[in-house]
Amino acid sequence: MDFSNALLTWVTFAPLVGVLVILLIPNGRESVIRWLAMAASLAAFAISLFLLAQFDSTNPALQMVERRAWFSLAGVEIEYFLGVDGLSVLLVLLTTFLTPIAILSTWMAVEERVKEFMVFFLLLEIGMVGVFLAQDLFLFYIFWEFTLVPMYFLIGIWGGPRRVYAAIKFFLYTMAGSILMLLAILWLGIQFESFAVPDLIATANIPGNIQTWLFLAFAAAFAIKVPMWPLHSWLPDAHVEAPTAGSVILAGVLLKMGTYGFVRFNIPLFPQAAVQLAPYMALLAVIGILYGAAVSYAQKDVKKLVAYSSVSHLGFVVLGLFALNPQGIQGGILQMVNHGLSTGALFIIVGMIYERRHTREMDAFGGLWKVMPIYGAMTLIVTLSSMGLPGLNGFVGEFTILLGSFGSEAIGSSIYAGLAAAGVILAAIYMLFMFQKLFLGPVDKEENKNLQDLNLREIVTLVPLLVFIFWIGLYPKPFFSLMAPSVEKLVSVLGTASMAVR
Amino acid sequence: MLLEDLLSILPLVIVAGWATILVIIDLFIPKERKGITAALAALGLVAAAVAAILQFGQSKTLFGGMLLLDGFASFLQILFLGAGLLAIAQAFDYLRRREIERGEYYTLLMFSISGMMLMSMAGDLIVIFIALELLSIPLYILSGFARPQPVSEEAALKYFILGAFASGFMVYGIALIFGTTATTSLAGILNAFAASPGVPALAMVGGALVLVGLGFKVAAVPFHMWTPDVYVGAPTSVTAFMSVGAKAGGFAALLRMLIAAFPDAAAAWGPVTMWIAALTMTWGNVAAIAQSNIKRMLAYSSIAHAGYIFMALPSAAVAGVAPEAVRGALFYLMAYAITNLGAWGVVLAMEKAEGAGLEIDDYAGLGKRRPIMALAMALFMLSFTGVPPTVGFIGKFYLFRAAIDANLIWLALVGVITSLISAYYYLRVVVVMYMRPGEPETQNEPLLNSTVWLAAIGTFVFGVLPSPLLALAHMAELIRL
Repeated sequence: MDFSNALLTWVTFAPLVGVLVILLIPNGRESVIRWLAMAASLAAFAISLFLLAQFDSTNPALQMVERRAWFSLAGVEIEYFLGVDGLSVLLVLLTTFLTPIAILSTWMAVEERVKEFMVFFLLLEIGMVGVFLAQDLFLFYIFWEFTLVPMYFLIGIWGGPRRVYAAIKFFLYTMAGSILMLLAILWLGIQFESFAVPDLIATANIPGNIQTWLFLAFAAAFAIKVPMWPLHSWLPDAHVEAPTAGSVILAGVLLKMGTYGFVRFNIPLFPQAAVQLAPYMALLAVIGILYGAAVSYAQKDVKKLVAYSSVSHLGFVVLGLFALNPQGIQGGILQMVNHGLSTGALFIIVGMIYERRHTREMDAFGGLWKVMPIYGAMTLIVTLSSMGLPGLNGFVGEFTILLGSFGSEAIGSSIYAGLAAAGVILAAIYMLFMFQKLFLGPVDKEENKNLQDLNLREIVTLVPLLVFIFWIGLYPKPFFSLMAPSVEKLVSVLGTASMAVR
Repeated sequence: MLLEDLLSILPLVIVAGWATILVIIDLFIPKERKGITAALAALGLVAAAVAAILQFGQSKTLFGGMLLLDGFASFLQILFLGAGLLAIAQAFDYLRRREIERGEYYTLLMFSISGMMLMSMAGDLIVIFIALELLSIPLYILSGFARPQPVSEEAALKYFILGAFASGFMVYGIALIFGTTATTSLAGILNAFAASPGVPALAMVGGALVLVGLGFKVAAVPFHMWTPDVYVGAPTSVTAFMSVGAKAGGFAALLRMLIAAFPDAAAAWGPVTMWIAALTMTWGNVAAIAQSNIKRMLAYSSIAHAGYIFMALPSAAVAGVAPEAVRGALFYLMAYAITNLGAWGVVLAMEKAEGAGLEIDDYAGLGKRRPIMALAMALFMLSFTGVPPTVGFIGKFYLFRAAIDANLIWLALVGVITSLISAYYYLRVVVVMYMRPGEPETQNEPLLNSTVWLAAIGTFVFGVLPSPLLALAHMAELIRL
């Protein structure tokens, strides 16, 4: 197989090589296993950079397409069909970028059953990258469901005290949504005799009322994954119980699979339904923003606070996407990346303090800045990024989203954008509140007086994230230009649909 | 003519004939060397399997329509013979461990297989009945093979009495059909129905009674009552084979009879089978949640899977969907056979000599103690649930597709929702194996292990590359009567 012709296969399945090698290493040689996992994930990252170099950002179409017949079921060809475009390229990079960082964060935290941990982690990476690259609905569904399995084990084996409950809840919730999507996929396959997404977009002429049903079936899967209010209740459990690296990937990438699903499938496949339902999606998104923020404020456990803040932040993403105009969608996609970076960093930060103190209660801390200045400074940057301070990445994303939703024809009212803006203020309140409780004031707890500041490995874990937090905040143009043509193309599909609705 | 017909049923002749001879040979094999009987039985099955594979693709009517050889029959014969081989491999060490090793185990198994093979070829209601008895009676005996243990005897008696009852229904049904159509051949029934203006009411009643009899065999709700007790009481190696073979045998008759011979009555059996499918999926999965014994759990799970396969029948009642529905059912039967024999293999490995070690909680710590076996079991559980990349997922995808194609969207919805329910109890096994500490004792028998590995590889490989199995199912056409 020629490397450059099968680039997407390589980037997806590079971690599999690592898995196979790790399986051959005997138990007990933990450090070898760790380095191998690191090498495999870095290899995938290197390939994804090569992919980026090959990527033509002026071309709105799918690129580096690999399309082969896989098997035929009941006369319908099911294809191994991978492709990347402006909607997915950043998410692929985010995945391959966060995975080595997450693995690095486990260096000291995971000491039991390291081999299995790394195997599941790399398998998870395969599933996630596959989700972002698959262009055949069947193939997509396989990757989508497959991500459940390793994540279930990661939470269930290496998680906190209520890990089994959280793992099963995670599995059942997600599966509940995806089975409805499965039925919709089957229906599409029967009606149009193809599972290839570009073909379906081009040829399928789905009547409006059926579009609504299909939209809802797909949305069930994605809304649970995002998670959108009121389907979010699995998230706090999964996050709190998951090991640090699991939380990083869960928040950083897995949740994006939901929002990505909206852009890749719901909007272009069912444009009329998307236009019609946009106000309702926006309403749920805004409720999520405000609810997530309010609940975050009430948390005493830092990890729970960050988990609920995800509900709020992803509300912004959904709001942007369903503005259905270029700014909104671009902002939404960029905010997916931003949230991956900031929240990923926040979970790593929480994990670092947990490793030292084995508690995450905010009341147990205070004045940490004096004891751990490097840690404090890095946390401050990430906190400010998460609440959307100008000059950092969060601001760029949220601002673009608000801009898009404010003028959105599809949403139809600027009230949503106005309420969402209030969410930005609430984010500042709960994030700063957390920072204050942890880092400011006197060091009044005996246990906190001798805490070690970050070591070199921990600094190396966080610095790459901080680089991108600043980069996107100060100069977001290259990121926007990667996705702009594809987003324009998507919006043009919607233009015709909204004509049909009116 | 007769010779040609005999040649066409060569696989069946080999199995039945060899079993008869083996009964006698076994008398001369010393008690402590019954492995020879097992090996000879396996040899017979392999020979029959070769013959069945060579026949694949032929399509003809034999013995004046009494028997039919078509892709459908060949596909199922390969399934029965493959399952039989795995069953022998699984039984060998297990019987020795339980100290119930007797040569007739293997010959009875072969007789049962010959009944199943006959069932797949049956072109006449009488043949269906004979095949049903031929496959059932050895299973009644095998269920009681662990005598004088009361559970095993109870299982045999229960299975026998309820089975005989179901056979009674079936014979009565056949009599009623014969009474209205003056024939028992499936082709004759088809013609009689086509000639008359609508299906006579008595024939409908007869068909319903036959459905009861076969519904009993495949363990469909509401004829499933025997299943949990018999599955738990019978020696585990028997249960493993029974759950695959008897079910596939029952479906062989159901599919051929309803689709090939009774298409004119589809308006009647379509809704009936639809409700049976919905009820079976729901009850099997819901009741499985409450089980703490793995044999009992797998018994309810086998009921649930009968429900999924049953979905093919109402789908096939819609003209045009029938061929794909049959293929879907056959594919699912194969997927279920692979996954199920693998899962029972793990149960066999976990069962202690005196019959303990069958609680799900006994699996605690298996993930650490026997990582590969636990991984295989986890794979089987995911395949049962229908999570990709496993063959169980492709199977469900195929069956749900047929249901949606037949516009039975609500039935497909019941299917996916009950799959979600099933995730709960299948995952519990995974939870216990990986997430609870424990030091389980397991058997490490090479033959048994190899059946588990084989099933695990099949579950995964056919989940990623289902083409060979799909091609096989594609060739499995029902002959036109």
